[in-house]
Amino acid sequence: MTCEELLKALNDYVDGAQLTEICEEFSQHLAGCDPCQVVVDNIRQTISLYRAGQPYAMPKSFEERLQQSLKQRWEEKHGGSGASATFG
Amino acid sequence: MENQLLDERTETDLLHEAKEGNFAAFQQLVTKLQPRVYGLTFRILHQAQDAEDATQQTFMALIEHIADFREESSVATWVLRIATNNALKILRKKRTVKMVSMSEMASEDSYSDVPHPEFIAPWSQTAEEIAQQSEVQEELQKALLELDDKYRLVFILRDVEGLSVRDTAHALELTESNVKVRLLRARLILRERLTKKFGDALQAMIPDHKHS
Ligand SMILES: [Zn+2]
Repeated sequence: MTCEELLKALNDYVDGAQLTEICEEFSQHLAGCDPCQVVVDNIRQTISLYRAGQPYAMPKSFEERLQQSLKQRWEEKHGGSGASATFG
Repeated sequence: MENQLLDERTETDLLHEAKEGNFAAFQQLVTKLQPRVYGLTFRILHQAQDAEDATQQTFMALIEHIADFREESSVATWVLRIATNNALKILRKKRTVKMVSMSEMASEDSYSDVPHPEFIAPWSQTAEEIAQQSEVQEELQKALLELDDKYRLVFILRDVEGLSVRDTAHALELTESNVKVRLLRARLILRERLTKKFGDALQAMIPDHKHS
């Protein structure tokens, strides 16, 4: 496996595919090629970094408006008997 | 007490009760899903008002279609797909120069023009440590926004939201192989950009393209 081939197979490896054949060739290459190993690590870190944050909290005021609109729409659709719609 | 009981129900349980007309269960389901729906639409649209519109449309659509949902995927996956569609509609309206059509650009993707890594260096901190720093989230969103829509959307759904390749393909109406090619590109571009910021220049390496 060349660096080029490794690059193209990167997704499956990063995603932890159970393709042992690819994995073996991959591991062999990585063991002897520091730059590719670091690229793989960098990509994993990049993904972890994006997953680590939950930065976009919904504004409270919108949450209230949303609940109101949904309730209204629900009642229109379900006839507004509101049997179980009173708490929450 | 009743609320506590509700909290222990899974999204699937809540879905079933909502299907039977239980609004409290529906509300609970919305509460569970809204951080992901809002987060996803915000990442795609990068504007609070637009993200709110897309989020509201998504849950309104949920009321309309909940009874017909056949549960071939998890409820979260289904709702994120609806959210993606709504966000894309808004995005298309805003893109005056170039229309965002995911499938129209589909055929040209191949592995042949995948960018080669240039700056290669181990990061000096772990992703978890970096994530704690203020301003990092803004930096991440900025990097994401510099990507073409077609790469950005795939990365958001697959890597940020954690959908499978299959579900990502479904949500964006792409083939799975196209998702993979775009994902590789997105990952490599973001890796390059973030490594320039977080990589340890003292340990930088020269890419060895002739190595076999
Ligand atoms: Zn290599």
